[in-house]
Amino acid sequence: MALAQPAVAAIKSGFKLHAQQLGVVYGANGKSVSALEEINLEIADGEFICIVGPSGCGKSTLLNVMGGFLAPTSGTVTIDGERVTGPDQRRILVFQERGVFPWLTVEGNIGFGLSKLRRAEREQRIARYVELVRLQGFERSYPSDLSGGMRQRLQVARALAVNPDILFLDEPFGALDSITRVMMRGELLRIWQQERRTIVFVTHDIDEAVQLADRVVVLSSRPARIQEIVTIDIPHPRNISAPRYLELRDELLKQIGLAYEI
Amino acid sequence: MSALKTPRAWERAFWPVATAALLLFLWHFAVVWTGTKVFPSPLAVEKGMVALMPKGVLWADIANSLRRVAVGYLIAALVGIPLGLCLGWFPAANQVVNPALQLMRPISPIAWIPLAIIFFGVGDAPAIFLVFLGAFFPIAVSCTAGVSNVPQIYRRAGRNFGLSDIDLLRKIIFPAALPEILIGLRIALGVAWLVVVAGEMIAVDSGLGYLVIDSRNSGKRYDLVVAAMLLIGIIGLLLDLGFRRFERLPSVRWGFRDVA
Repeated sequence: MALAQPAVAAIKSGFKLHAQQLGVVYGANGKSVSALEEINLEIADGEFICIVGPSGCGKSTLLNVMGGFLAPTSGTVTIDGERVTGPDQRRILVFQERGVFPWLTVEGNIGFGLSKLRRAEREQRIARYVELVRLQGFERSYPSDLSGGMRQRLQVARALAVNPDILFLDEPFGALDSITRVMMRGELLRIWQQERRTIVFVTHDIDEAVQLADRVVVLSSRPARIQEIVTIDIPHPRNISAPRYLELRDELLKQIGLAYEI
Repeated sequence: MSALKTPRAWERAFWPVATAALLLFLWHFAVVWTGTKVFPSPLAVEKGMVALMPKGVLWADIANSLRRVAVGYLIAALVGIPLGLCLGWFPAANQVVNPALQLMRPISPIAWIPLAIIFFGVGDAPAIFLVFLGAFFPIAVSCTAGVSNVPQIYRRAGRNFGLSDIDLLRKIIFPAALPEILIGLRIALGVAWLVVVAGEMIAVDSGLGYLVIDSRNSGKRYDLVVAAMLLIGIIGLLLDLGFRRFERLPSVRWGFRDVA
């Protein structure tokens, strides 16, 4: 009964996701490169976690392991006490860009994972998520006719429509211009507060992490280990010039090894 | 005319017509000035074409050529699309089959004529076989490439939504590869039209290719030769323009940037 053990542990601890001693080693040309080492992380139900770290450190690798897209070399990920062995509709990964299907309309994309539902129910669900991400009037449009920000909102809507417990977002606003990015953060917070899903959000933007997260996981440079977990104890909506905000941001910058002045 | 300025509506129609008129003009005077008795002038060609119309022969020839293209092309698509999809889907199979395909591909269908006659005798069948050969390779190759070029991100998204292999092929791979498949189908249609004319010069006694060769053989009617050539060009152009309409379908338009 190997499976029963973590199940009991998870129920006791109340964690949604539990990563234990995760390690990933890539083998290339006879050399083995370690990407992740000794990752231990517990994420509570409904929590908003940001993962930050120097570029190329393995943030996306960690996300892919947690999402079931990549098998870890060592360690385990359990979600609700169940071991993650592959991708699953209950946890959807949102990509940086070009994640929506260009051959489908906005409706088609949102309804993509809903083919098992009855027609009326599916249409109702589509309408609800079109409204949630504010794409009313664009139901019949194709992604090539949408802006970058609208496409990312569409991707989030497609993910939420299948009712996942966890959303994994891999630098979802990284390809957007800075004004759209700030607006998208607001949208994502609004959606998160309305839908209360667990969110794991990878970013290289410290401000983004401090504005969004309940807790920020700082990874070290390769091989990535968890260097620090910073709890952002500011209620939403957050004032981005408040002393506490600046204090937390500076601490994170220091953790990553960046000076205060450029 | 500045290269940056978008041409006005009348300019877009005017310049191609002017170019065609200039070519006809040069052709006409080249015939007049050289005093050739063999090569026909544009007017002679036009008369020849008009003379062919009422006999019904011309329509029958056009219909025969189009029918052979349609049958050969359809078979090529029915064999080439599934085969190409499979080869793209199973890279291991592609590694086995690809060298043979790549060896066959540069062989002009015209070189197959002797074998086509041995296999199929005379009549429609060898011509259809040649059309099939000409159309098959572009279709199979574009399908294989189309499938293997589908971005990893779409496959992963499909898996994330719990798709089975069949559904992944149906809902992700095929629609994602469709623009590239359409390009292959369009090239194949052009090749099929080239090949049918050549095929009809050998093994059958109808079709536009036969009209070309028969006009020469029976009385050196070069006016009819050139008339048939022009018709072949016009029909080929119409086929291509017709096919390009598919590129504007909303579900594939994203794959054709210049059309959008």
